[in-house]
Amino acid sequence: MKQWIVGSVLGLLALPAQAALNVFACEPEWAALATELGGERVSVYAATTAQQDPHRIEARPSLIARMRQADVLVCTGAELEAGWLPVLLRQSANGRVQSGQPGYFMAAEQVERLEVPAVADRALGDLHMTGNPHVHTDPRRLLQIAGALGERLAVLDAANAAYYRARLEDFRVRWQQAMARWTTQAAVLRGVRVISHHQDWVYLYDWLGLTEVARLEPRPGIPPSAAHLATLTTRLKQQPAAMVLRTPYQDARPAAWLAERTGMKVVVLPYTVGGSPQATDLFALFDETVARLLEAAP
Amino acid sequence: MNRVISARLAPVLGLVFSTSVLAQGSVTTNAFNPAMSLILDGRFATFDNDPEAYELPGFMLGGEAGLGAEGFALGHSELVFSANIDDQYYGQFTAAVADHGGETEVELEEAFIQTLGLGGGVTVKAGRFFSGIGYLNEQHLHVWDFADAPLVYRGLFGDQLRDDGVQLRWLAPTDLFIELGAETLRGGRFPAGGAANEGAGAFAGFAKVGGDVGVSHSWRIGLSHWQAEVENREAGGHSHDDAHEESASFTGDSSVTGVDFVWKWAPNGNASERNFKFQAEYFQRDEEGDVTVVAHGTTDAGGYDGTQTGWYAQAVYQFMPRWRVGLRYGALDADNDVDDAHVAAHAGLDSEGHSPERWSAMVDFANSEYSRLRLQYNRDESYEDADNQVVLQYTMSLGAHGAHPF
Repeated sequence: MKQWIVGSVLGLLALPAQAALNVFACEPEWAALATELGGERVSVYAATTAQQDPHRIEARPSLIARMRQADVLVCTGAELEAGWLPVLLRQSANGRVQSGQPGYFMAAEQVERLEVPAVADRALGDLHMTGNPHVHTDPRRLLQIAGALGERLAVLDAANAAYYRARLEDFRVRWQQAMARWTTQAAVLRGVRVISHHQDWVYLYDWLGLTEVARLEPRPGIPPSAAHLATLTTRLKQQPAAMVLRTPYQDARPAAWLAERTGMKVVVLPYTVGGSPQATDLFALFDETVARLLEAAP
Repeated sequence: MNRVISARLAPVLGLVFSTSVLAQGSVTTNAFNPAMSLILDGRFATFDNDPEAYELPGFMLGGEAGLGAEGFALGHSELVFSANIDDQYYGQFTAAVADHGGETEVELEEAFIQTLGLGGGVTVKAGRFFSGIGYLNEQHLHVWDFADAPLVYRGLFGDQLRDDGVQLRWLAPTDLFIELGAETLRGGRFPAGGAANEGAGAFAGFAKVGGDVGVSHSWRIGLSHWQAEVENREAGGHSHDDAHEESASFTGDSSVTGVDFVWKWAPNGNASERNFKFQAEYFQRDEEGDVTVVAHGTTDAGGYDGTQTGWYAQAVYQFMPRWRVGLRYGALDADNDVDDAHVAAHAGLDSEGHSPERWSAMVDFANSEYSRLRLQYNRDESYEDADNQVVLQYTMSLGAHGAHPF
């Protein structure tokens, strides 16, 4: 009896350490990464889906309620969520995840960013002054972010630090093997000329050596206009590109319109986890991204 | 213990500092400047009737109530500063520059501080702020979907209820959004007045519940209550320029109770291509006290007991990127008992047997998140002579990227 009581008390005391760390992930790629690194010791909530444009999310009541309960926030940063995350942070009344706290993790801050504007002028479009935020499309950068996130989880939940570090090590090994495979498969893509809808794939191009020749958006954040598409058509007739890339959440029509007139192939890449039925985790996301690019390659 | 904490935080802090250096290169004093944005609002309006003759029979107008000027005019030009003050507080300051009666006035719209994480889901806000009652009240007018306030906001709150005071909010630790709030306010501004109870003359409370239905729908419903001891509330909106010759004031108790609802839809929750928003609010005001009218050197007073109700519903649809259309209907009703018919007439409390209503339709185009052009038409039956109103408006935002509430 006495043993039973002591056991129960110990059990109750141990409960907080056992309870899962609540992760609020702004985008599906970070939800997937937190799951890879946290396993059953984390409870992950993904605030958005692959069908939603992460620039344009409503600060919905459900998101505020979820953020109030979060122990750690895993987002992209670099102003990607500037239109909604500040509202959630202020309304969540949650001190653990405010800027500067250990529970505030911004993935883009962990890596070197490209396209940092030299001039801050909105005539050039909706610029992100700290650089292009779509960092997860490069698996090398994703691995760096995984290292920082694994370490952050170990700090936040010190009782399980060894568990997170072991999972990070395991992920690192599997990811490096997968990267070696993707890099070999995609070697033929080096120098292939492509067009993108928005500036979503800069880091993917940086990794695979694809050459981006134009974008459907005349300026970042400004939807493709008929005039801009017409100019592109003329340009592409002289200097063709192999394919036009877009995400599942972007308007299908501009890419289709241009492809029809220029003979390019439209490639819809999953962009993030859940962006296609096959892209169920980060490994499958890159398997499919590389496979789709290879299908469309000349 | 301290050592344990610093050992735990050291890697995190190291990481924060190394990345911020990586991100910014060098840190200067100016890097700590608050986020700044400037809102420019200009319009061209045509009215069939004289906008100076505007009235809402049965309602004592105050605050910003009125139609604004005919022809070319500026709306509110707003300057907003905001930043985290430190790890515990956030602060915001909004100044509006607008023309009132031919003079350019600077008005301190908001100046408040707010806690960032007291724990337990509690947030305290203090200073001057828009009250948390209703749905539209807390939103800045430059994010409204129409160029003017719904009739019920114009009639009851003088467009928007804001005051000096303290607000306490509590957010429940549940997946369903449940928020309770209470405010103690000075009560020196319309629809209160006189700052009774030694400058703590008004009180407000609200409850909001919200959530999602599937991935494409989200909603929020709210209940609000506001009450004040009113001392010498001067009536007369900006359209009443003859207020110097003739003035009406109210002293007594006033309370407003309301319900608000908003529902948003976007295919797969992706609002950037197409989205739809429906919102509706209903308010009832009860007032009891005395009204005094000073006209042509004589003073008349009368007992007043009134109930005024109003509601609006609106739908806004973004049918393709950048383009939206919207439709709004609003109606008011006043049931006032005033002892003296002369006092009732001069105070604007005589409903003249008329129930104000208005239809509005708008189309707007947003070239980017920072600029919007809007064309709006109102069929305004605020008073007996129906008015056709057309407003062409631009609303542009310079500087920091604004984050918009639900």
